[in-house]
Amino acid sequence: MIKEITNVQINVNDEGYLTDFSQWTKEIGEEIAGEHGITLTDKHWEVIDYIQQQVASNKPLSIRGIKKSGVIDIKSFYALFPGGPLKVSTKIAGVPKPKSCI
Amino acid sequence: MRNLVILGAGTAGTMMANHLVKKLPKKEWNIHIVDQYKTHYYQPGFLFLPFDIYTEDQVKKVGKKFIPNGVEYIQQKIDRIDSENNLVQLENGVLSYDILIIATGSKIAPDEVEGMNGPEWQKSIFDFYTYEGAVALRDKLRDFNKGKVVVHVTEMPIKCPVAPLEFAFLADSYFEKKGIRKDVEITYVTPLSGAFTKEYTSKTLGYLLEEKNIKLVPDFAIERVDYENNKIVDYIDQEVDYDLLVTVPTNMGDEVIERSGLGDDLNFVPTHPNTLQSTENENIFVIGDATNVPASKAGSVAHFQAETLTDNILLYINNKPLKEEFDGHANCFIETGNNKALLIDFNYEQEPVTGTFPIAGIGPLRLLKESIFNHWGKLAFRWIYWNMLLKGIAIPFVSRNLSLKGKNIKN
Repeated sequence: MIKEITNVQINVNDEGYLTDFSQWTKEIGEEIAGEHGITLTDKHWEVIDYIQQQVASNKPLSIRGIKKSGVIDIKSFYALFPGGPLKVSTKIAGVPKPKSCI
Repeated sequence: MRNLVILGAGTAGTMMANHLVKKLPKKEWNIHIVDQYKTHYYQPGFLFLPFDIYTEDQVKKVGKKFIPNGVEYIQQKIDRIDSENNLVQLENGVLSYDILIIATGSKIAPDEVEGMNGPEWQKSIFDFYTYEGAVALRDKLRDFNKGKVVVHVTEMPIKCPVAPLEFAFLADSYFEKKGIRKDVEITYVTPLSGAFTKEYTSKTLGYLLEEKNIKLVPDFAIERVDYENNKIVDYIDQEVDYDLLVTVPTNMGDEVIERSGLGDDLNFVPTHPNTLQSTENENIFVIGDATNVPASKAGSVAHFQAETLTDNILLYINNKPLKEEFDGHANCFIETGNNKALLIDFNYEQEPVTGTFPIAGIGPLRLLKESIFNHWGKLAFRWIYWNMLLKGIAIPFVSRNLSLKGKNIKN
């Protein structure tokens, strides 16, 4: 599926997650955040950066992992990305949401 | 003489011993396998034990039976891997290695969540990822007449990621057969966004939960078990009440990996996803659940990995470049209850789709579709496991890499 964001065409799946991280830019991140009613602050970017690093090094994402990482405490994480923080933050970060095998 | 040491005599380690004993020249190589336990468990059977479908005897055998002649089986606890000096410190003694294969698996870590491994463990809170847990749960279920059953996943990754879902399906059938389904509420609680998270699977299998009247609580990141009030609580104070909690605790690699400083946060060993060589030490290879590769933690995966790893060990010995061959191939039966099962066949890139397996256009197994034949396949697999898989015998028609033949890729 092709989606147009900030006049750029990007490939996304049915749920709006980027399927090719190389197409991701900060502007695209901001736009997707906007669709979820989120305005990105420095703290948001810090979390997004951490998520992108984890995914790049093949490390699994979990709420507990984020808690352990010390990047952010869990209550604030939920507050920054309402409606399922991992689901929403991964979408903004341009990476797949955490999945199972089916 | 040179030494090849395998750590762990579970599914992956035993298979590697059987493969390598046939390939390494006996005059040049000693092969040792180390495992502190005597019993080899058929872990897929732990799903059936709680429902009295399998008996204890069907899921365990003496491990030594499966270690071939020519391989020295050392039954000792492993203290530490000293990768700088190519040594393995055992409880009593030390082994030096030229090549090390880590196959120490993964296990549950119920202490990671507050209140889980407390006074209610194996009273109202159970796991079914251990033999002891599955047997205790069976005894509990035999007397369970009514109430709320919560099937719960703590966090990913877990061994056999479909097992908790299968447990919920089998529980539905079990209570139905006992004539008490109307008195039992089944809820599936997951940290993921749904029971099915792949695009195509969500579309084709979404009906299963509704059909079986299983409630779904997604996006639930557990913070603690409030065992005094029989509920699990997440980080935003959502609560789910239970009378019986069947949980899959956090899965972690063995403590020996942590003691040796070779693992990530969850004690899984950083491993090249296609060669299975450790990313840190070139003479260390990793297989099965012990790796951090983004494949499923499952016996079929270890089986496919073992074929590639055997070739790569020989290439490594001969100073040739390793094959970047392993593709994340997994092949799993999924019990859906009422004597039916699904079959999925997938890898790093290709998500599960419908089709025929293993022979394109013929089957006899059907991919991603419920059938009685698939259920027989799952039951037959126990025989295949003990008699073929552990011995490193290739499964007819099923290749180490995923085949796209017979798969409906465009749907």
